[in-house]
Amino acid sequence: MSIIDLDAPGKELLLMGNEAIARGALEAGVKVCTAYPGTPSTDIIENLASVAKPMGLYVEWSINEKVALEVASAASFSGLRALCAMKQNGLNVASDYLLSLNLIGIEAGLLLVTCDDPSAHSSSTEQDSRPFAKLADLPLLEPSTFQEAKEMTKWAFALSEEMGIVCLMRGVTRTSHARGNVTLGPLPSPDGRKAWFDKTRQRNTHPVCQKHDQLHRNLIRLEEIFAASPFNQYIGPERPKALIITCGSGWLYSQEALELLGLEDAVGVLKIGTTWPLPTTMIIEKLEKTPKVLFVEEVDSFLEGNVKELAADFSGQIGPKTFFGKRSQHIPFFGEMNADRVIDALGKIFQVRYQARSPRYEAQAAEVAEKMLPSRALGFCPGCPHRASYWSIKNALQLDNRQGFATYDIGCYALGRGPAGYYLLKTGGAMGTGTGLASGFGKLASFGFDQPVVAMCGDSTFFHAAMPPLVNACYNKSNLVMVILDNSTTAMTGFQPHPGVGRNAMGEEVAPVDIEAVCHSFGAKVSVTDPFDLEGTKQKMLQALEDPVGAKVVIMRRQCQMLKGKEEKLPYQVRVNPEICIGDDCGCDRLCTRVFKCPGLMWDNKLAQARIDEVICVGCGVCADICPEKAIIKEEIR
Amino acid sequence: MNPEKNFYNLIITGVGGQGNVLSSQLIGQAFVHKGYFTTIGETYGASQRGGSVMSHIRISSKKQLSPLIPKGKADIIVALEPVEALRVLTHYGNPETVVIVNTRPIYPVDVISGKEAYPEFAEIKKSLKTLSRKVYYVSATDQAMEMGSPILGNMIMIGALLQVNLLPLSMEEFRQTLSKNFNGKRLETNLQALEQGKKMARV
Repeated sequence: MSIIDLDAPGKELLLMGNEAIARGALEAGVKVCTAYPGTPSTDIIENLASVAKPMGLYVEWSINEKVALEVASAASFSGLRALCAMKQNGLNVASDYLLSLNLIGIEAGLLLVTCDDPSAHSSSTEQDSRPFAKLADLPLLEPSTFQEAKEMTKWAFALSEEMGIVCLMRGVTRTSHARGNVTLGPLPSPDGRKAWFDKTRQRNTHPVCQKHDQLHRNLIRLEEIFAASPFNQYIGPERPKALIITCGSGWLYSQEALELLGLEDAVGVLKIGTTWPLPTTMIIEKLEKTPKVLFVEEVDSFLEGNVKELAADFSGQIGPKTFFGKRSQHIPFFGEMNADRVIDALGKIFQVRYQARSPRYEAQAAEVAEKMLPSRALGFCPGCPHRASYWSIKNALQLDNRQGFATYDIGCYALGRGPAGYYLLKTGGAMGTGTGLASGFGKLASFGFDQPVVAMCGDSTFFHAAMPPLVNACYNKSNLVMVILDNSTTAMTGFQPHPGVGRNAMGEEVAPVDIEAVCHSFGAKVSVTDPFDLEGTKQKMLQALEDPVGAKVVIMRRQCQMLKGKEEKLPYQVRVNPEICIGDDCGCDRLCTRVFKCPGLMWDNKLAQARIDEVICVGCGVCADICPEKAIIKEEIR
Repeated sequence: MNPEKNFYNLIITGVGGQGNVLSSQLIGQAFVHKGYFTTIGETYGASQRGGSVMSHIRISSKKQLSPLIPKGKADIIVALEPVEALRVLTHYGNPETVVIVNTRPIYPVDVISGKEAYPEFAEIKKSLKTLSRKVYYVSATDQAMEMGSPILGNMIMIGALLQVNLLPLSMEEFRQTLSKNFNGKRLETNLQALEQGKKMARV
C-alpha cells in the first residue's frame, strides 16, 4: 500500500524520489495520471494508481507512451491537471506527439516526467532525454534531492498553467529510484471542477510559424521566472577559485567531493534546477567571479554546452574562462556520476592527490577482485517460463538446421541475448523491433536469403509496439515466425497489468484482449503452447519454421513464476537420484547445469553429480524432463 | 558505537530476490522516524533475480547525503551472500569496516555451468579478515529454512546487525518499524527471525 496520500502536513517520511514526485502531484491537485511502465519511472504511476480511488484520480497504464501523453493532454485540455511519466526510451515514442503539443499548448497544468537511467542499470540505452526540451522549446526542471522532487513537481503544474505549455521534468536513477527524507505538505481539498472542452477554440499547431515564434518568446519569459527560482542555488565563497555548475544528482556528489578534498572554501557549487532555458543572468553573474568552471551532470554535456553558448554571448563581460567537463575529458563521457568522479576531476584541475585507501589495502583488494569474485551473469528466475521457451526454440532451430536466429525487443526475455537464452537473440533494439526486423528478413528470399527468423516478443510489448509490424508482415506477405512469450504481466518493471490481463490500473475487471484472435484477424497462422510442455512446444516451433508461407505466430503462454508462486504452492518436490546420475560419464555434457543452467541446479564437485539447491528451486520440474538418464526426479506435492 | 560519529555508511548486499531492498527500506524508515537524514541508493544489475544487488544506506544527523557511498567509505557491510561481501569490500571497504555475513552461498550461473569457480569458504574467510576490522558470521539462510522460508534470512541478518550495536538504533525501535509495516502472522515470523538473528552474530 502506498503512503503518498497521508494527510499529515509537516510529517517527515522516507520516500523514494518517484514517490515524492507522486506526492507533489497530489499536493498540486492532479486529476489524471498516465504512463507506460519503464524503470526507473514506474513507481510514480504505480503509487498514484494505488491511491486513485480515495484521492478521486483517474490513473491508467496506457498501451504506450505516446498514447499516455495523448490521454493526459485530453485531461489538460478539459481543465484538469495531468501527469504523464515514462523512461527515457519512452520519450522517443511520445516525442511524435510532444513535438506537436508544444505548439498546440495546454489548458490545465500538464507535467511530463522522464526518468533517465545513467549507466543503463535497467535499460537498453543510457540516453539523455534533456535535448528534447531544447528541441521542443519547453521548460525543463531537474530535482537534486527527494524533497526538491516533491516541491518541483508541485510548482511545475503552476508553471505549465501560467505559460500554457507542457512542463518537462527529468529524474535519473539516483534521484527517482533512491530514497530520502521528505516533509509532506498539505493536500488540496476537492474542487469538484467539471471537466469541459471549450469547443470555441481549436487546439492544433496552426498557424505553425506564429506558434513557433511564440514558443521562443516563452523562453525569454521563462528565463526571467527561472532567475528568481529557489531551485537554483549557490554555495561557496564570493569569488571561488573554480565553480562547479551542476544539476540533478551532481549537487550532492559535488558537495561531498569538495568535503573529502577539503576544498569547500576554494570552490563554489552552482546548482541549476531549471536546466532549460537557463537562468542567464544568474549564471553570468557567477561566471564573472571565477576563472575556472567544472560541469558535473548525467549523462551528456547538456548543461555544459548550453552554458558555453551563454559564455560566448557574454564573452566581453565575463572574460576568458577555462572550462572542464566531458569535452575536456575530466569527466567520463558515459555512465552515472558519483563523488569519486568529481574528486578525480577536481584532483586533476587543482593537482591535488587524493587516496581513498592505502596502497597496501588497494593491492589486497585488487587481488581479491581479480581472483575470488565469480561474475553474476543475469539469468531468468528459477521456474521462469522463458527458460523453457528458449530451450525448445533452441532445439527446434537446431533440428531445422538452416542457420536460423532470433530478433527481439525490450523485456525480461531480452536476457536471451546471453547464456540465459543460449545466445539465440542476434539483433533487436526498441519496443516491437524484433517483429519489424523479422518482417524485413522475411522478404529477402528473392535475394537468396534462406535462414528462418524468429521474432521474440513479450505480451505487454505486443500491445505497445509489435502489432503494427505484424500487420506489416501479413500485408506484405513476409515469411516469419513470431513468438509471443505471454507471461500474463509486464514482468520486468514489476508486474503491471496490460490489455491482455483482464484488469487495469484502476483495479477494474475488463474483458482481456485476445492476442490469439488479434493475430488471427491480421491473417497470421496462430498456435498456442505451454512452454513447460517441452516436446509439444518444440513440435509447434518446428511446424512454424517449416511452413514457408506468411506470418506464423506461436504464443507460449504460462504465467510469470514470480506471480504464480504467490498464488499457488509448488507443484513438485525435485531431487537428483545419486544412484542414477552418472555425472560426467553420462555423455550429456551436464545438460542440466552446463546447458540448461537453471540457478536451482548445482554441480557437486565432490560427488561429481548434479544436485538441487533447495533454497533456490521453486519446483517447476522442467529439469526432470530434460535429463536424458531420468536422474532428476519430480514428485508431485499433495 | 562511537558517540562522536554523526554519519554512518551501511551497505546491504546480496543477490536479487534475497529481500535486500526491503531490509534497507525498513532500516531507513526507522532512522527517518528517529529524526535522522537517511539516503538510500540501490544498485542492481536489472530487476531479475540472479544479479548482485547492493543498497547504500547513508545515515546522518546533519544533512542529506548523496545516494552513493564514495570509494572506501563503508562503515558496515551486511552481506546476505559471502562472495558479495568480498565484492563490496574490494571497492567500498577500508581497514575499519565491520562485516556481518550470511554463510550460505548462492552460486552464480557461470559457477553452476562450470565456467567459473566459487572460492572455498576458508579462502573467503581469510580475505574478509584481511579487508576488514571485524567479521561476524551468521548462518542466516540455514536458520531461515528451519523457520520455514529462506526469505527470513534478511530479518535474521538485521537482528545480528542491531545486536552488534554499531548503529544508533535499538532493537525496540526497529520492532516498532516492523509493526508499522507488517501485521498478523507476517509480523510475528519477522519478529521471531529478528530475535533469532540477535543470538546468532558470531565472530
